[in-house]
Amino acid sequence: MDFSEKTAWFSKKAALPLVLTWAGLLMALLPLFLKSYFISVLSATGFGLFTLGSIWYIYLKFRNTDSANLQHYVWFNQFSARRSAAWLLGIILTAFYIVLFWFPEYLTGLIRIFDPLSFLLRGRQADEWFLYGGLYTLAILIMGVRALLKYQSSPYHKWRTVSIMFFQLVLAFILPNVLALFKEPEFYFSYFWPLKYDYLFPVSFENLQKHPGGLTTFMLFWTVSLSFLATPILTYFFGKRWYCSWVCGCGGLAETAGDPFRQLSNKSRKAWQLEVAIIYPVLGFITLTTALLWLNSYYKGGILGSLSGGFAHTYGFFIGMIFSGVVGVGFYPLLGSRVWCRFGCPLAAYLGWLQKHFSRFRITTNGGQCISCGNCSTYCEMGIDVKWYAQQGKPIIRAACVGCGMCATVCPRGVLKLENKKPEGRYEPTSFIHAESLRIL
Amino acid sequence: MKTQENSSKHVIIIGNGIAGVTAAITIRKLSDYCITVISGENEHFYARTALMYLYLGQLRYENIKPYEDWFWQENRIELRHAWVNRIEFEEKTLILASGETLAYDKLLLATGSQTAFYNWPGQESKGVHGFYDLEDLAKIEKATQRGGKAILVGGGLIAVELAEMLHSRNIDTTILIRDAHYWGKNLPKAEAEMVRKRLEQKGINLLFKTTLEQLEQDSEGWVCAAITNEQERIPCTFVGIATGVQPNLELVKNGSINTQKGILVDQFLETNIPEVFAAGDCAELAFAENRIEQIWYTGRIQGETAGYNICGHQVPYERGVPFNSAKFFDLEFQTYGSVNPEVNTEESSLFWQNEAGTASIRINYLKDELKTVTGFVLLNVRYRQEVCETWIREQKPLEYVMKHLKEANFDPEFHRRHEKSIQHVYKSGN
Repeated sequence: MDFSEKTAWFSKKAALPLVLTWAGLLMALLPLFLKSYFISVLSATGFGLFTLGSIWYIYLKFRNTDSANLQHYVWFNQFSARRSAAWLLGIILTAFYIVLFWFPEYLTGLIRIFDPLSFLLRGRQADEWFLYGGLYTLAILIMGVRALLKYQSSPYHKWRTVSIMFFQLVLAFILPNVLALFKEPEFYFSYFWPLKYDYLFPVSFENLQKHPGGLTTFMLFWTVSLSFLATPILTYFFGKRWYCSWVCGCGGLAETAGDPFRQLSNKSRKAWQLEVAIIYPVLGFITLTTALLWLNSYYKGGILGSLSGGFAHTYGFFIGMIFSGVVGVGFYPLLGSRVWCRFGCPLAAYLGWLQKHFSRFRITTNGGQCISCGNCSTYCEMGIDVKWYAQQGKPIIRAACVGCGMCATVCPRGVLKLENKKPEGRYEPTSFIHAESLRIL
Repeated sequence: MKTQENSSKHVIIIGNGIAGVTAAITIRKLSDYCITVISGENEHFYARTALMYLYLGQLRYENIKPYEDWFWQENRIELRHAWVNRIEFEEKTLILASGETLAYDKLLLATGSQTAFYNWPGQESKGVHGFYDLEDLAKIEKATQRGGKAILVGGGLIAVELAEMLHSRNIDTTILIRDAHYWGKNLPKAEAEMVRKRLEQKGINLLFKTTLEQLEQDSEGWVCAAITNEQERIPCTFVGIATGVQPNLELVKNGSINTQKGILVDQFLETNIPEVFAAGDCAELAFAENRIEQIWYTGRIQGETAGYNICGHQVPYERGVPFNSAKFFDLEFQTYGSVNPEVNTEESSLFWQNEAGTASIRINYLKDELKTVTGFVLLNVRYRQEVCETWIREQKPLEYVMKHLKEANFDPEFHRRHEKSIQHVYKSGN
C-alpha cells in the first residue's frame, strides 16, 4: 500500500507527541516498581506529559476529520481491527482489573501518587478506588477530546460528548469526593438503581439516615425519584439515550475510550438472542433481591436470616466486578465497547424495556434510500443490525439502542435520523419500499 | 396471499444482485414457489454500493452482505454459486458450466452489467480497470499498491468514488471529464461548481472537456501514460474507467430473446418469451423510451415488480417520482423529482447556498401561474422523501412548499437548519 508518503509526513509531525505520550506513561507507572520521593515527582510529571502528548497526538490525527473520512482505516488498524496489538491491550486491561479487584496492594505505589489530589478533594489519603476513579475520568477526558475532534462534523456528537465528559468529571468524580470532604455520604448523583443496585437496598437507607440532615433527605428523594419517576418520563420523551449516551459513566467510557472498538460488537442474530437471555434475567435478579431485602428488613431479618446481604454480595462479585469491569472494559479491544451495557446492565434492560414500549424515540429511515452498504450496522456499538430495518424502510425501535447516533452519522446517504416524534405510527414503515401494502418478510 | 397450487413451480433467478435478490424475497413473500438464485460471481449477495468502503478500510467483506447467511435457507431461497452456460427457452432448461441441467417454470434474468470500455488503444494494459465488482476491487487494490499517479475517465459518481478511494491512499489523481462541468446531465451548474471546488480542495485534478484517446504501456505491460483528446500526455500508473456500464447480454445474445442495448421488456418486465422476465441493470424498458436504469434504487423496484408479476399479480413497473442520492467526499447529495432546470426550458428554480459553498437547496418549479413545484436538489441538507414526493405528486405551488418547508427537513438533531435562508431568498425574489 502506498501509505508511505502520508505515513512519513504524519510520523514526522507526530513523533514528538508520541514520544511524550509513551515517556510520560512509563514515568507515570514507575512507582509500581520503585519507591522514593524523586520517583513520585517523576510519576506526577509523567501523568502530565502523558496527558499533553496524547492530546497533542490526537489533535494532529483528527483535526482534519470530516463527515466522509471519520472511519477510514479502521479495519487496517492494529487496535481497532482486533489484531495482535488489540489482544495485548486486552490482556493489559484485564490484568489491571484483576489486580485492582483482588490484589490492590500491588498498586500501592501508584495510589500514593494520587494522595495530593485525594487530600485536595476529600481531605484524606487515596485508596485503590480513588486511583481507579481518577484514571477512569482521565480516560474519558482525553478520549473525549478525541471524540470531539473525530466527530467535529456532527453537532449531535459534540454535545453528547461534552455532556458525558461533564457528568463524569463533576457528578461521578469531583462531587462524591467533595461530599466526603464535608463528612457527607459519598453519593453519586448520576447513578441510581438498578445499575447502582444498593442505592435502593434497606442498608443504604439506614446508612443515609445515619447522617441526618437536609442533604441526606434530598439524596433519598433523589435516588428514588430518579429510578421511578425521572427515568420513565425522560425515556418517554427521549429514549434511553438521555442516560446511556449522555450521562452514564459506563456509557461515557464506551463512547470515548471505547470508540476505536465500537465496530467489534457482534451483529449476528445469535448475539441478539444471547443478549435477551442474559440482560433481562439480570434485571429480574436485582429486582427480586431488592424486594427480598426489603421484606427481610420489614420482618427484621426473619426471611433471609443470615443470608441477608448474601445475594447482594454474590451479585456484586459476579456482575459488578467480573461482568462490568473485567469483561466490560478489559475486553474492549476484543468484543467491542458496550459488552456490559448490552449484555449485563440491569438499568439498560429497564430503560430498554421502557424505550421499546413507552417512548417516542425511534430512528427513522428516509424513504427507500438505503443502499444496504452496511456502515450503520458495522458501527453500531450495541450490535444492532441497523441495515436490516433500514433496507426495508422500517424505523429502528430496539430496546438495546443507546441513541449514540453513529448509524446516522456514518450513513453515506443520510438515510437515518434519531427522532422523538409523537408515538402514533411509530412502527410505520415507509411506503417507498413496496408499491402495495406488502412488506418484505 | 400465498397460493398453494403453485408450490411445485420452480422459479430460477440468474444473478444475485439487488434486482435478483429483491425479486427472490418478493416471490417468497407472495408464494410457495421453489426459488433458486444462481450467481457465478459470488456465493452471497453483497452491496456493490459499499465496495469503496472495503478499500477505505471502513468495512470488511462480511459487513457488506445485506443479509446474514442463515437468511437464505430459512426463507427457502436456494443459492447456487455457478455460471450458466446456456438457456434453452423451448425446453425451459438451463445448462450450467458444470454441465448440469436445471428446469424452470419461470425465469428471471437479472444478469446485471459491466464496465463500458470504448475500445481505447491500450485499454488492455495492466493497471486499467473498471470498478464494478469484488474482482475489480482486488485488481484496483493490487494496481494501486504500486503507488504513482492515477487517471480516472468519466464525470459521474463512480469517478468520484474512485477519487475518494485513491485520495485515502494519497495517490495523485486526475479525472478526465467530457462535459464542461461535473456530472453535466444531472447537476445544475451551481451545484456542479460546488462539487468541483470540494474535489479540488481535496487535491483532485479535474480536466473538463477532456476525453481519453489512448493509453500507453511500459515494457512490462503496465499502463504508463494517457493521451487526451487535446493530445496531452499524462503519465500514470493506474487508470480507472468510470464511463458507465452496459448490460450483460452474453447469455441471451444468440437466443430468441429480443435485445437492443439491453434485454427488452414490457411494463410487466416480461421479455418477448412468456414466463421469462428481466430486471435491473440488464433490462431495457421498451415501454419507456427504451430507458436502461442502472441505479441501486431502480434495481430494487424492478426486482420487486418482477417478483409480483412472476407470482401472477399484474403490476406494471412504475418508478414513481424519481429520487437519487450520492456523496462526493463530504458533500451529501439528494434529489427528488426533476433535477436540472437548465435543460428544461419550462422550469425555473429557487436556489440558495451558504457562504462557504458547502450546503445548498434548490427547488425547481414550472414557469406557470402557480409555480408548481417539480423537484428538489440538495447538497448537505437532508429532506424527507415522503414529504417531497407528496408535494411533487400533488403538484403543490411554490408558495405552499415554502410555507411548509420545515416539515421536509430530515437533518440530524442540533444541526443548523437552512429553511429560513431559502425562505428569505424566496421573499426577496417576490
